[in-house]
Amino acid sequence: MDLQNIFHEIEKVDPEVYDRLDSRRAAMKEFTRISGKIALAAIPFALGGMFKKAYSQTTSGTSVADVLKYALTLEYLESAYYIKGIATPGLIPTAGLGAITTIRDHEKEHVNFLQTVLSGLGGAPASPEFDFTAGGTFPTVFSDYNYFLAVAQTFEDTGVRAYKGQAANLSGNATVLTAALSIHSVEARHASHIRSMRRAIGQLGATAALKPWITLNQSGIATTAVNPSYAGEELIVQAGIDIAALDNIGANSASEAFDEPLSMDQVLPIAKLFIKP
Amino acid sequence: MHILKHLSSEKDEKVMPNLQRRNFLKYMGMGAALATATSLAACHKDHDYVDNGVSLGSGDFAVLNFAYALEQLEAAFYTQIVASPYSGITPTELEFFTDIRNHEIGHRDFFKKALSTNAIIGLEVDFSSIDFSSRASVLATAKAFEDLGVSAYNGAAQYISSTDTGKAYLLLAGKIVSVEARHAAYIRDLIEPGSFAGNDVVDANGLDTVRTPAQVFAIAGKYIKTKINANTLPHA
Repeated sequence: MDLQNIFHEIEKVDPEVYDRLDSRRAAMKEFTRISGKIALAAIPFALGGMFKKAYSQTTSGTSVADVLKYALTLEYLESAYYIKGIATPGLIPTAGLGAITTIRDHEKEHVNFLQTVLSGLGGAPASPEFDFTAGGTFPTVFSDYNYFLAVAQTFEDTGVRAYKGQAANLSGNATVLTAALSIHSVEARHASHIRSMRRAIGQLGATAALKPWITLNQSGIATTAVNPSYAGEELIVQAGIDIAALDNIGANSASEAFDEPLSMDQVLPIAKLFIKP
Repeated sequence: MHILKHLSSEKDEKVMPNLQRRNFLKYMGMGAALATATSLAACHKDHDYVDNGVSLGSGDFAVLNFAYALEQLEAAFYTQIVASPYSGITPTELEFFTDIRNHEIGHRDFFKKALSTNAIIGLEVDFSSIDFSSRASVLATAKAFEDLGVSAYNGAAQYISSTDTGKAYLLLAGKIVSVEARHAAYIRDLIEPGSFAGNDVVDANGLDTVRTPAQVFAIAGKYIKTKINANTLPHA
């Protein structure tokens, strides 16, 4: 890789790059510093951070960095949740430990990945402190496995909706969009599995109606506290087309076939329930 | 509201056209003669067919037709599973495969209706390599299709334009891809419990697999009999 050529290209795309980085020498140093410590896959992001484009507002007014910070907050939440769950003696039975460990590891990887990317975009925020009882709404979350799984399901399904809600804000930034979508589908895999785990146990509202996919706006969780995470999932009309009427698949299948997004304004109040003030 | 009708057919700058036909046929793994009598017979609309095969169209239409092609493949696959279930299928498996069939039909028919006159024809599939009576054969194929679908949407989203209409389609693709990921996780767990997000599909950064359209067709090609001309598809 010829660094001089890369900088020449950067200068062409972003003539003011050195206004932010002082000089080509500083840029070179910055690049070396960044690339020395990050995973290979994150290099395009770190490089991108040196471009004006990455600092710019998206058409909706939310910057790429804002989206990534928002995503990091949610990943901090999930990661801390599974770390604490696994560290709590007697909470997770042997049968569930493998899957929860897999999910915890992915959430930790997402945290590391987003921190690394944000380090090239002006810095990653620190993790908030969490209260996973949500101020007493889920008092037994770390002593009752059924509650632990129910909250996990809610986090994963909410995470899927949160990433989906940011896709349009990342439109035009191919690298970040693709990475965000690649996290998004991993969260959906997690959600699917946790829903299957809960269905197999059959407690706390998990009946045979609980499936790996979301039917209407049903949470399959016996508390209304989680309802905001499922509101709107009952949609059966997409782009003006009545999906339920297609080959008469019906409303349940139509709602399951399309997962719905949540906006930042919808997700942040949900996340805040678990964040210590 | 059929938002596709408002799409410009002009090429988006990010769409890099012209995978050379020879290369594309190579990717499809079918250099030899296809596209003769069968494709002609399957062709309902003259403008869909040119000598090089079924054109996916240009710009956002090409990306959406790409998705439509995959949904056609999946819908046909699950329709056959439900019509003739593998031996030993459990009631829950049959119920969930019926759900998945319905989801894929919903996706397929959504694209068909949304794309309207820009939609490609109904594709003829080739499932001769699948033993529908065998659980192992069906599940392995289902896993391959679902993981492929996830990677295909993840990889193609970046080529959808940044216009308001393009963003609407990006969101719709996002609504579909997470459902494909839910399917993938379920089927993987059927094959090997706990493999819902195995490290064969999720990398060390916790990111799911991403495939270019050419990589997707290289895998899907053997199941699609109708010749497709993907020259207008983006590639990287």
